[in-house]
Amino acid sequence: MALAEQKTSPQASPEQAPPQTWHGIVQQTLKRNEIRLVPYVPDRVLTTLIKNLHADPYFTTFPTAREEEAVGIVSGAWMGGMRGVLLMQTSGFATLANALASLAMPYQIPLIMFVSERGTLGEFNYGQSLVCRTMRPVLDSLAMEHHTCTRLDEFEFIIDRSIKQAITTQSPVALILSPLLTGGKVFDK
Amino acid sequence: MNAQAKPPARNTKVMNRFDLTSRLLARLKNEEAVVGGIGNTNFDLWAAGHRPQNFYMLGSMGLAFPIALGVALAQPKRRVFALEGDGSLLMQLGSLSTIAMLAPKNLTLVVMDNGIYQITGGQPTPAASVTDIVAVAVASGIASSAWAADEEDFERLVEQSMTASGPSLIGVRIDDKPGVGTTRRDPVQIRERFMHGMGVRQPL
Repeated sequence: MALAEQKTSPQASPEQAPPQTWHGIVQQTLKRNEIRLVPYVPDRVLTTLIKNLHADPYFTTFPTAREEEAVGIVSGAWMGGMRGVLLMQTSGFATLANALASLAMPYQIPLIMFVSERGTLGEFNYGQSLVCRTMRPVLDSLAMEHHTCTRLDEFEFIIDRSIKQAITTQSPVALILSPLLTGGKVFDK
Repeated sequence: MNAQAKPPARNTKVMNRFDLTSRLLARLKNEEAVVGGIGNTNFDLWAAGHRPQNFYMLGSMGLAFPIALGVALAQPKRRVFALEGDGSLLMQLGSLSTIAMLAPKNLTLVVMDNGIYQITGGQPTPAASVTDIVAVAVASGIASSAWAADEEDFERLVEQSMTASGPSLIGVRIDDKPGVGTTRRDPVQIRERFMHGMGVRQPL
């Protein structure tokens, strides 16, 4: 847990050493890939990332009422020439099967999704643990690319390559942020 | 229950989707984007005359406004219209708040309201006799929202929206006629052609 706490601690000012946190890596990798539009439905684990993206004028960061809505917005922006990414939690992903199967997949839109994984490795809410089990079967049933990110040392490689693959192959991708990477959310928080 | 509820008082003519869509397209001079929602809404957009700046949504009920919002954010200099059915909008009322918060100047939302799920057999929506969709839009923060009294008023509201300082929503009461045409259901071609229309890509 101590290691996980360290990983989620706020990073130093951007001018200093390269980012050492998972959220710093996300922010830098989005920029490198010219992804500016960031609709999200919040999650506790994503708090620091969302705060930093809001503070960075490079990004247009805003909440949506539902995850589906954000799929529509990112799809529209892509067709208009602007790249976007959707941030959400496991339970939010569970609301997306129809939008993925009827919009992102058939129209071949490189929908990039970061999913903060709840429901495993110390979950305290039974419903969260159940809904988490639906995520990978849904992704697999649509043959959608997905990766579970567990280690800081390979995180940048996975997300940078996956974003580039999504764009060049015009295919959606789900990047699942495991509690092993983020520390997750535990009962005493 | 529904029988006892009084329908919202509206001094508005019952119009026709295909006619209104044709009137809208006839006014477009600057390669404006038009996003058509699921079912009859995009069937009538198709029938009114295909253009590369039209996007036809074949599933994802309720996402016409969010898709149009995305296009509007990506291309702030282009006017973007979204055509959505009342039943579809009910699936994504929260999108009105998102649009109000971001307040793009270049977005005009049109709600085709016949109070029914026409394409599935004409069943009434839960909102049909009790909810005023334009009032919902105003309460969501889209101040420039109005019912069109008739066809001329619709055209006037469309014109007005083009110079508005924020997003506009136009409610139109329509009849229960089905769409006039049927969109060619080829999602990849629809998306690719739309991207050509948006100037994002060139044809191979």
